[in-house]
Amino acid sequence: MFFSFEEKKLRKVPRFANACGAITTTKKGAIPALPSDKKTLACSSHDLLFFQTKAPFSLTRSVKKTKPANAMAMALRLYLLLLVFLSSAIVSFSLYEDQVGLMDWHQRYIGKVKHAVFHTQKTGRKRVIVSTEENVVASLDLRHGEIFWRHVLGTKDAIDGVDIALGKYVITLSSEGSMVRAWNLPDGQMVWETSLHSAQHSKSLLSVPVNLKVDKDYPILVFGGGYLHAVSPIDGEVLWKKDFTAEGFEVQRVLQPLESSIIYVLGFLHSSEAIVYQIDSKSGEVVAEKSKAFPGGFSGEVASVSNDKVVVLDSTRSILVTISFVDEEISFQKTLISDLVEDSGEAEILSPLLSNMLAVKVNKRTIFVRVGDQGKLEMVDSLSDETAMSDSLPVADDQVAFASVHHEGSKIHLTVKLVDDLDTVLLRESIQMDQHRGRVDKVFINNYIKTDRSNGFRALIVMEDHSLLLLQQGAIVWSREEGLASVTDVTTAELPVEKDGVSVAKVEHTLVDWLKGHILKLKGSLLLASPEDVVAIQEMRMKSSGRSKLTRDHNGFRKLFIALTRAGKLYALHTGDGRIVWSTLLKSPACARPSGISLYQWQVPHHHAMDENPSVLVVGRCGSDSSSPGVLSFVDVYTGKEISSSDIGHSVVQVMPLPFTDSTEQRLHLIADTDGHVHLYPKTSEALSIFQREFQNVYWYNVEGDDGIVRGHGMKSSCSGETADEYCFTTRELWTVVFPSESEKIISTLTRKPNEVVHTQAKVSTDQDVLYKYVSRNLLFVATVSPKGAGEIGSVTPEESALVVYLIDTVTGRILHRLSHQGCQGPVHAVFSENWVVYHYFNLRAHKYEVTVVEIYDQSRAENKNVWKLVLGKHNLTAPISSYSRPEMFTKSQSYFFPQSVKTIAVTSTAKGITSKQLLIGTIGDQILALDKRFVDPRRTLNPSQAEKEEGIIPLTDSLPIIPQSYITHSLKVEGLRGIVTAPAKLESTTHVFAYGVDLFYTRLAPSKTYDSLTDDFSYALLLITIVALVAAIYITWALSEKKELSEKWR
Amino acid sequence: MPNLTLVLFLSTLLFSSSFAFQSDELLLDDEEFGLEGGSHPRSPEPVITDSPPKQTPSIRRRYSDPDLDSKIQFTLEHAFGDSDFSSAGTFSARLKTWSHGGQTLTKLRFARNEFSDEEKHAFQNLLKGDDFYRIRLPSNVVTPPGREYVIASVRARCLPRDGLDEHIAIHMDGANILAVSYGSPGACPYPRQLKLPGKWTFNSHTILKSSEQAPRTPIFTEEILGSSENMEGEAEAPVERSFWAKYWMYLIPLGLIVMNAVTQASNMAEEQPAGSQGQAPAAIHRGSAPRRR
Repeated sequence: MFFSFEEKKLRKVPRFANACGAITTTKKGAIPALPSDKKTLACSSHDLLFFQTKAPFSLTRSVKKTKPANAMAMALRLYLLLLVFLSSAIVSFSLYEDQVGLMDWHQRYIGKVKHAVFHTQKTGRKRVIVSTEENVVASLDLRHGEIFWRHVLGTKDAIDGVDIALGKYVITLSSEGSMVRAWNLPDGQMVWETSLHSAQHSKSLLSVPVNLKVDKDYPILVFGGGYLHAVSPIDGEVLWKKDFTAEGFEVQRVLQPLESSIIYVLGFLHSSEAIVYQIDSKSGEVVAEKSKAFPGGFSGEVASVSNDKVVVLDSTRSILVTISFVDEEISFQKTLISDLVEDSGEAEILSPLLSNMLAVKVNKRTIFVRVGDQGKLEMVDSLSDETAMSDSLPVADDQVAFASVHHEGSKIHLTVKLVDDLDTVLLRESIQMDQHRGRVDKVFINNYIKTDRSNGFRALIVMEDHSLLLLQQGAIVWSREEGLASVTDVTTAELPVEKDGVSVAKVEHTLVDWLKGHILKLKGSLLLASPEDVVAIQEMRMKSSGRSKLTRDHNGFRKLFIALTRAGKLYALHTGDGRIVWSTLLKSPACARPSGISLYQWQVPHHHAMDENPSVLVVGRCGSDSSSPGVLSFVDVYTGKEISSSDIGHSVVQVMPLPFTDSTEQRLHLIADTDGHVHLYPKTSEALSIFQREFQNVYWYNVEGDDGIVRGHGMKSSCSGETADEYCFTTRELWTVVFPSESEKIISTLTRKPNEVVHTQAKVSTDQDVLYKYVSRNLLFVATVSPKGAGEIGSVTPEESALVVYLIDTVTGRILHRLSHQGCQGPVHAVFSENWVVYHYFNLRAHKYEVTVVEIYDQSRAENKNVWKLVLGKHNLTAPISSYSRPEMFTKSQSYFFPQSVKTIAVTSTAKGITSKQLLIGTIGDQILALDKRFVDPRRTLNPSQAEKEEGIIPLTDSLPIIPQSYITHSLKVEGLRGIVTAPAKLESTTHVFAYGVDLFYTRLAPSKTYDSLTDDFSYALLLITIVALVAAIYITWALSEKKELSEKWR
Repeated sequence: MPNLTLVLFLSTLLFSSSFAFQSDELLLDDEEFGLEGGSHPRSPEPVITDSPPKQTPSIRRRYSDPDLDSKIQFTLEHAFGDSDFSSAGTFSARLKTWSHGGQTLTKLRFARNEFSDEEKHAFQNLLKGDDFYRIRLPSNVVTPPGREYVIASVRARCLPRDGLDEHIAIHMDGANILAVSYGSPGACPYPRQLKLPGKWTFNSHTILKSSEQAPRTPIFTEEILGSSENMEGEAEAPVERSFWAKYWMYLIPLGLIVMNAVTQASNMAEEQPAGSQGQAPAAIHRGSAPRRR
């Protein structure tokens, strides 16, 4: 809405802003401090003001503060009543403070735990420090599993080690041993950060001294990048460093004996020679150096079994080598694994156990090997397959214990034993475990003193689906679904229809309750509510209107988001409150754990086949290689049960949903394999006949990113060969686009969403001109940069880098649009919708990010603007469009600066496509910004005419505005944001937005406000009361006037 | 009144559409002569030839540095359906090497081979089966046959008109061919009808396309903003509307009220003598009555 203001009104604006500021200062915190009346958009662009109707908030405040006479107050209340009435119809784009959490939810995760360090020594809060595969370091409450604090490091800043130093700092080593940081244990504030010099890629190693004394004599030793650094734990100062880059020396073990200033550093040179350096820990001087060559060569992890011995495998992985290194000479002692166990294969050393014990995994069995005094090895015990083991843990009296967990049916057995004496079982517990968590991946144990003074143990276990559980006293104390931190693909699904007779949705309130609730709301809106009432109202709102019911609602607000995670687990999340409705782990007969690739809507019951449950197709793969065989799994959306799963016997390169469905509403899919064949699914004769009908009109394309080639294919014939069935087809190459490898490299490709709805093909401009959108489903957006410019921003000069964008028709391979941006660089983030593409990149010349919009219009239909032609039916609007016709189209484009770096861009989608669109920009700060599409309209001009202004064209500015109120994540952050998914609700004005990263965030958006419905807050009670009051007033006045008339007549 | 607006609206619609129709034609011509991007001063000059092989093209002689130019030839190959590729014609062009190292292709000529009887037969089969006629070009014109070929294909039924009409748009980047768009010069409506060509000669239109430069993002410096504001100020100043234009919405009701009041007053004046005997005193009487109680 645009209002141009006269001076008098303009003066009101700053006054109002001042009032907002005054309110702000009365509240604490960063975002709570934003005036809850966010409707006051004070975004001015030149002479125009965006001004939305002011809500009653500030006004009511002033009422509250002043204490007018009773009559006055009554009058004001009446006025307010009216105002409230009016304002309830106006829904603003941004939120009120008390609306947070009403339609959005936010879940915080940390990811799959790699390391865990317990901190339970002192009294006070018991916590565990974890580092995860999502590069998160976090402190969790051991009692409830809540996050005390958490830091998400950058995507390239993988954490290599985590430990606690001096009893108060959490030390993390990241980025291949080149970054050491210390965080304050209680609150997670960063204490210091040291960036270490690193020259080469190597494994990294963190060694933190165990003593608690604040002493520079015991530095933190870090090996990484070919250097050994000693870092002071107090302030992060690098005390000394030792250069091992020249020799190619890899440190394997650092030993810091207590009460000694000599550090033993054991490492391998080219994996064939063991070297021990004795280094003075104060100065970093090498005191002594010993070395001995081992002809067989070493491989794999080093396990230190005692203070002076380590055990390592040789390069054939069949001999265990014991190395004693603290004595005068390095000595090797070889033991064949076949001597220990009968049928031996390749061995792998599991977690190192102290006290002369070693766990080796051979032939899917875990064997325990005791190391004798002279380095003699003997097997003492063996455990069955799939046993997870913890590191050793010192318990009382110099004893060391370890935990092992193994599966048996639906139970897991946790055993804690002493390392010295494997027959002494300290703890044996069996716990019922959900089948859908898979097997136990990792175990971390911690001990505590029970009330009866004996040792108790708690175990933190990481399951195969990445979930984290704490076991104590034979029960699961808490669990965290950390699989959701690594969502790879998301789709939506409808909930079941509410059936008559089945009391899924019982009448939740009686009439009295309903009225009570509304009266409470009314009190709230009239500012009569006491603080308790306010709490009750808030609570009621959170639970209100059955938003977490498991049935479909009229507006389509309740839906399921089906998320596939990296662990191959499928979760169904309810849009109402974000809870997990069901979850299922992918299974396959061929391999133990297929990895999930992508997710498709397989069956969406529609007009007919309403009795069928909807289902999703999960495409997975056995193994990480792209040529490994694929797995298809069909999962019922209502129940989460796997309907069927099959090994398809060919690889999966590309999955293409076709625009055809069979009689049971199953969507036809084509899956391309590495041999260039495509396979039709479902494998039914009906699907085959549908496909055969359209056989000639099916085209597909693939992008070979490494070679810079885009190829288009058409169907040719059925496969020949003995293994082929009738659902396999060969294809032929119809077109290629070859980007010259010396000047262009593909960095981004994008197509339109296949299920997007376009409401109108025409766009009427102000001068009654009609532009026809070029709406084609077969458009591919490709962005290429110069190979030099494919690196980091700023690594090239503007002259060396160019960004070229293409729009390619995927049926004929025609390049419809080609635009080069000189001096620009990726990464390119793009969004493609209807007839426009918006992409974001970096301009090296301007040192700024830019956003460009390209809109494509159809010229061949332009002549249809003639009204008479339309009247007489002489138009070609209904003629089928062929890609083989020469395209007559033109593009309009415009570029703007954008002040922020972007992680991902999405666009809102609504049921009919009528509602105007918003771009959802995931910013570098892990927030989501909603930007009206009108801001990226290529028809914006510097001085729009009056007619253009009326149409809503905003005057051209060189950069796009960031209005703080339009962050849909308000005060929250979606840490590690990776993707945004939008899905239409049934209500045309509303769209679901789901953002995933390490965190999950969901909200409902109404880009043009909810013009088609009343809000949830609409006070029906108020309406009712008003009507009743009016009717009563009418009666009373009628009676009064009757009376008066009577008395008149009597006179 | 509404009728009038409707007529006006329709007429504007008619006018505007006819205007746009003209511009449409113009743009089409632009494309035909390969002027896309050419209008922009920064982009390299695209060159087209419109060379039906029978017509002798007017040879333009432009005297340019002969050392930097080199003549090159590359062949167009075609395939019928799934057959192997065979030679179909030759492109010859001049490769111009610029001082800054860039290369551009100019003066493109295309000589199409006649269809042999065998090829005619193959093509007829394609027409019957609504199959693909495929062409390919080397991806690099300097070192043909280069590493890869760019392929394009069209349904054979799209080509026959009078003769065989083809339109080849070659997307170039220096000496590299990125892609080739191949098809009929006009429309090819979907239910493709089987139609044999009148004569078996190709009517070829070839066009070279190079990349279009993106317009620079406008940077509004203070000056531009200032000047634009000044402009606005100047523009706004003459729009000093008349008193009536400004306040008509107040004046009309005011006038109505005044008129109303005048008529009322005149009515009153008329009524006064008529009703003065009976009603007015009664009113006064009634008004004073409660005061007595």
